[in-house]
Amino acid sequence: MPTTSPAARALADVTASDGTLRRFLHGLPGVDAVGLEARAASLGTRSIKTTAKAYAIDLAISMVDLTTLEGADTPGKVRALGAKAVRPDPTDRTTPATAAVCVYPDMVPAAKEAVAGSTVKVASVATVFPAGRAALAVKLADVRDAVAAGADEIDMVIDRGAFLAGNYMKVYDEIVAVKEACGTSARLKVIFETGELSTYDNIRRASWLGMLAGADFIKTSTGKVAVNATPANTLLMLEAVRDFRAQTGVQIGVKPAGGIRTTKDAIKFLVLVNETVGEDWLDNHWFRFGASSLLNDLLMQRQKLATGRYSGPDYVTVD
Amino acid sequence: MASASASAFEYAPAPESRSVVDIAPSYGLFIDGEFTEAADGKVFKTVSPATEEVLSEIAQAGEADVDRAVKAARKAFEKWSALPGSERAKYLFRIARIIQERSRELAVLETLDNGKPIKETRDADLPLVAAHFFYYAGWADKLDHAGFGTSPRPLGVAGQVIPWNFPLLMLAWKIAPALATGNTVVLKPAETTPLSALFFADICRQAGLPRGVVNILPGYGDTGAALVGHPDVNKVAFTGSTAVGKEIARTVAGSRKKLTLELGGKGANIVFDDAPIDQAVEGIVNGIFFNQGQVCCAGSRLLVQESIQDELLESLKRRLSTLRLGDPLDKNTDIGAINSAEQLSRITTLVEAGEAEGAERWSAACELPSSGYWFAPTLFTNVTQAHTIARDEIFGPVLSVLSFRTPDEAVAKANNTQYGLSAGIWSEKGSRILAVANKLRAGVVWSNTFNKFDPTSPFGGYKESGFGREGGRHGLEAYLDV
Repeated sequence: MPTTSPAARALADVTASDGTLRRFLHGLPGVDAVGLEARAASLGTRSIKTTAKAYAIDLAISMVDLTTLEGADTPGKVRALGAKAVRPDPTDRTTPATAAVCVYPDMVPAAKEAVAGSTVKVASVATVFPAGRAALAVKLADVRDAVAAGADEIDMVIDRGAFLAGNYMKVYDEIVAVKEACGTSARLKVIFETGELSTYDNIRRASWLGMLAGADFIKTSTGKVAVNATPANTLLMLEAVRDFRAQTGVQIGVKPAGGIRTTKDAIKFLVLVNETVGEDWLDNHWFRFGASSLLNDLLMQRQKLATGRYSGPDYVTVD
Repeated sequence: MASASASAFEYAPAPESRSVVDIAPSYGLFIDGEFTEAADGKVFKTVSPATEEVLSEIAQAGEADVDRAVKAARKAFEKWSALPGSERAKYLFRIARIIQERSRELAVLETLDNGKPIKETRDADLPLVAAHFFYYAGWADKLDHAGFGTSPRPLGVAGQVIPWNFPLLMLAWKIAPALATGNTVVLKPAETTPLSALFFADICRQAGLPRGVVNILPGYGDTGAALVGHPDVNKVAFTGSTAVGKEIARTVAGSRKKLTLELGGKGANIVFDDAPIDQAVEGIVNGIFFNQGQVCCAGSRLLVQESIQDELLESLKRRLSTLRLGDPLDKNTDIGAINSAEQLSRITTLVEAGEAEGAERWSAACELPSSGYWFAPTLFTNVTQAHTIARDEIFGPVLSVLSFRTPDEAVAKANNTQYGLSAGIWSEKGSRILAVANKLRAGVVWSNTFNKFDPTSPFGGYKESGFGREGGRHGLEAYLDV
């Protein structure tokens, strides 16, 4: 931990042993599921119109990690994705670039080339995404490979099996090792796969575990399971980064991923950020959307605001 | 708007349209199915508390009007009470459906007249109003099975006096069970919020309700007193302040009138150290800042376990700074206007007393609109049981924070009040919740939530919070000869 405040030092002690870590994580305040979901739903009723909507759409576009994670990905597809990330709407050059493109490790070189010279970062889902079921050495090799190819950000999956078995130290050690493998050049996003952690208490514990281990970002999910990012689990993670900063002074980013497809949904998430952690998190260094189809809806809504009428899917690029 | 103005992501105004509601320049009394002027021609004005704009001029009922309305209700009672329950149910179902159909109009109207945010009238008040009529419509033909004997009979004419904090909801709580059980009604809405009751009169006509079954008499306290004291009223139901409740009890004493009173409260919201903190903060906010704290069951005393007091207060202050105060018609407004100048001055006086007695005041840094009646969300720390603000009902957005060390102390402090309407418990431990709930002298105890209402759930108080229950099966008893 880069800071040495007493609170931060006390937190460092909690990772001294399996027992202290478990006691700390289980001592975190509980989460009342009904209350959490009610709060997320009530923020979802905010009415965002006109200038606020225009601002939110541009902000959301700039926060998108434009993602392709298919077995069928080709360098050609990744190049197309990169071009789109740099210039999402060729008909309107005022459209901001996305935050990053997110690809499998072997596609990092193609992605780097496609976004060269722009602000767009290349993120790579290393650590044997999406299941993460491999030896640590294999995961670390995956990470080093991606970093060596120039990845600016590594999205790692945690070992959910170890977490659910209560083997928190193993998960912690893996994150620490991956963080080390990222070196100073790549930021680390830690994916919990919240749908598999199944309880909100687990999600809060995982959030703290990830932050203690040095994650730069905590991320909901892979997008490969039934339940991915929801307003409730994202609200919970925002509360965790808020509390973590209050205790340590260290700010951690948040990335909901999977299932966010419409502008309306994206704006609801921005409202959560705005009213839970505030403007300190309202830029793409601290908040991201992991999404593939969201961008086109944002672009269509943006065109609608600019022209006053809806166009259609043929007025935005497919990839 | 506290934090919103400081944020780069400032929400553009999103006002609900006023044009969905058509407010006439003047309204009469609703007696025997007709709108009519007051016998002595008296009128008063109702204003929008957010802007001080005059909304309409309302006829003010005097003694002669009360007498006329009670006579109309008495006459209607013969036929109405003789109808089969299933027939009465039809009317109630019809009223419920019309309320749903006109809910947007009624929500805007209620917000204009009362000052509460549209998101509360739209998402809380109106759905509950319709639900109450639906619920009691369902009981109308099942009274023989409600547990009050084989054929419980209605009482007769019910004189009902309701407050200004939930004008339409309190009307529903009173009128729905009264009609379902076969009584007829003369209702006096509060002088600051008569409009939704008068719109309800129109709904009764729209539903084809027989003349005289429901009569609406806007007016001040003297109108209420005349109604309560009328010799031909069989049942009195009152929701409002404890002081007025006591007066009513004195008036009714010795007569054969049946009486229920829903009065003030000073609800304790108890937060244990193992509570879900973030949700508890939301519950505290909902408990005391819902409807600007103008709720008789508000959780106006926060009892927090000493070990988490600092952490909780910090979270709470941060949360209060994000509350958006302003135009009640804006869909993004969390905190609306105080209902009247009179109420605002009462809140201000009590808050000054709190400061003078040494409690520490903290108010959210809100910019208050220049016209209308407003009060920033406020909390007091260093409060003890001996402070006025820990004992008197403030009926405004003001929270008093006290601490405790053990569950016994929490219970003792929570019960140490002349009131007993509501309480809240926040803990992750189920056994603790049940143990504490059993010891609290309060009509409603919420756990890990607050201010949740449902037509199936009885509501009412202990001690100076009144007696009798509204809502649920228990709510029928107040309108039946059992």
